[in-house]
Amino acid sequence: MTLALSANGAGNKRMQKSDLTSARIRSAWLFLSPMLIVLAVVAGWPLLRTIWLGFTDANLTDLSQTTFIGLENYYVTFDGEAYGVLVDPDWWNAVWNTLWFTVVSVSLETIFGLFIALVLNAEFKGRGFVRAAVLIPWAIPTVVSAQMWGWMLHDQFGVLNEILLTIGLISQPIAWTADPDTAMWAVIMVDVWKTTPFMALLILAGLQMLPGDIYEAARVDGVHPVRVFFKVTLPLIKPALMVAIVFRALDALRIFDLIYVLTSNSSDTMSMSVYARQQLVDFQEVGYGSAAATLLFLIVAVMTTLTLMAGNVKLSEDPR
Amino acid sequence: MNQRTKRIIQQTVLYALIACVVILSVFPFYYAILSSFREGTALFSSSILPEIGTLGNYVSVFTEGPFGTNILNSVLVATAVVCLSLFIAVTASYALARISFRGRGLLLMTILSVSMFPQVAILSGMFELIRALGVYNSLLGLIIPNTVLTLPFTVWVLTTFMRELPKELEEAALVDGASSWVIVRRVFLPLMWPALVTTGLLAFIAAWNEFLFALTFTLSNEVRTVPVAIALMSGASEFELPWGNIMAASVIVTVPIVVLVLVFQRKIVAGLTAGAVKG
Repeated sequence: MTLALSANGAGNKRMQKSDLTSARIRSAWLFLSPMLIVLAVVAGWPLLRTIWLGFTDANLTDLSQTTFIGLENYYVTFDGEAYGVLVDPDWWNAVWNTLWFTVVSVSLETIFGLFIALVLNAEFKGRGFVRAAVLIPWAIPTVVSAQMWGWMLHDQFGVLNEILLTIGLISQPIAWTADPDTAMWAVIMVDVWKTTPFMALLILAGLQMLPGDIYEAARVDGVHPVRVFFKVTLPLIKPALMVAIVFRALDALRIFDLIYVLTSNSSDTMSMSVYARQQLVDFQEVGYGSAAATLLFLIVAVMTTLTLMAGNVKLSEDPR
Repeated sequence: MNQRTKRIIQQTVLYALIACVVILSVFPFYYAILSSFREGTALFSSSILPEIGTLGNYVSVFTEGPFGTNILNSVLVATAVVCLSLFIAVTASYALARISFRGRGLLLMTILSVSMFPQVAILSGMFELIRALGVYNSLLGLIIPNTVLTLPFTVWVLTTFMRELPKELEEAALVDGASSWVIVRRVFLPLMWPALVTTGLLAFIAAWNEFLFALTFTLSNEVRTVPVAIALMSGASEFELPWGNIMAASVIVTVPIVVLVLVFQRKIVAGLTAGAVKG
């Protein structure tokens, strides 16, 4: 009898708890619904439509008159000649440009960011001021920094040519943004200038979480600082560093505004985003441009998925 | 070499490095300010020393185009987008951070992916949607697409923040039988003001800088936002860009953002780390 009672009591308690839990889960979905609806309308639906338009011959002049043409925007052979995004040398040029830009700029940003973070982590007078100064490039809108650098890199009146000529590093002015040899480097330079502070601050946050006693021990043992950096600091900040690099790389793959403003539609620097927009808006080929945009989306999606799977990202962590 | 000289050399090298970093960071903006006060042939002097300049560029940037309207457009669009995102994100992030339900991990991953996916991937679908809603070339037609940029980010950062708060906070309220809505409003909202300010500021900067949508979904000068106006400024001839005006416009829109960033420096760094490192 007592046994039955107590079992009954426990059952009741469990019932109550699951009532409360299911009420909380119901309110969770209610709370999420505005966000889900908005994201479905402004992100999900346009994305699906873009993918669909990639299979049609849609034109910007009249979007209502579209016919399904299958994979013809991607690849089609006509009289023995191949057409479509996948065989367009301009598209592959844009893919190559974007990958090259991503690898070089993110590598440089990581190295400089690490360097600046280590400097900012040292004790010195006026650290607050320096930290503020370093944030300025990050705070300037991309379009503005592109224009500012465009002016500094001007082939005739640019201050950079002037300075380099005075020092004697170059013998004649360089047309930085127009010369095919330097255009991509100009873009990379501006991007590195603008984004290194972001990297430095993320790395600095990682550095400041490191325990001080390890360094004390290393100092007492007389270990060389360079060795301490490679054997202690780098392994400890590696997780934070990897996340920062991945975020930057995904961001770099979709670059548009800097390249568009600094070098417009020049083929020397054209990125995948610039290519897709040019097809969509300038050439009015919505179907073809959507196909290119879909390919870019696929590339980024695959990379995001791989990263999320590889990294031990704790997404459903419970509150502490 | 004794300890003392070694120390002095170390200090000198450190300060020299710091000086280089500061000069490289600040110089382009400094030079833009210098150029904005130069007119006519003085603009082409490329001297890096300041002199007594003119305000001519600042006057002509407002008289030659609707730059005042462009600033107003940017402020309206960014403010609307931030308010909308924060409003929707508060309840969503409570659900994502404090209630465990099936599919939460997947949902968070989807939100993160949306904030990572390339804007150009939704360009044609969004164009069609905006045409269908009849808001092409209007401010509303800029607010809608900008939400894609700010909403996932806002939800993500607020979720990270909410997760850090102690569990005891809501347990007491739950025992008292408070509903989830009451818990959000009475328990969490008062604690969240610092996080809301930081997230709001970062979202504002993102919306203020947005270029691709603003370029594609507007047609007339009066509806353009600041970045598009600055990017498309042109002079009397195709080959003669009004660099003085461009620099003046750049300085006008950058100074408020730089001031904001410097004032909220610590909060911004904290918000960025929550948004990226914890991810």
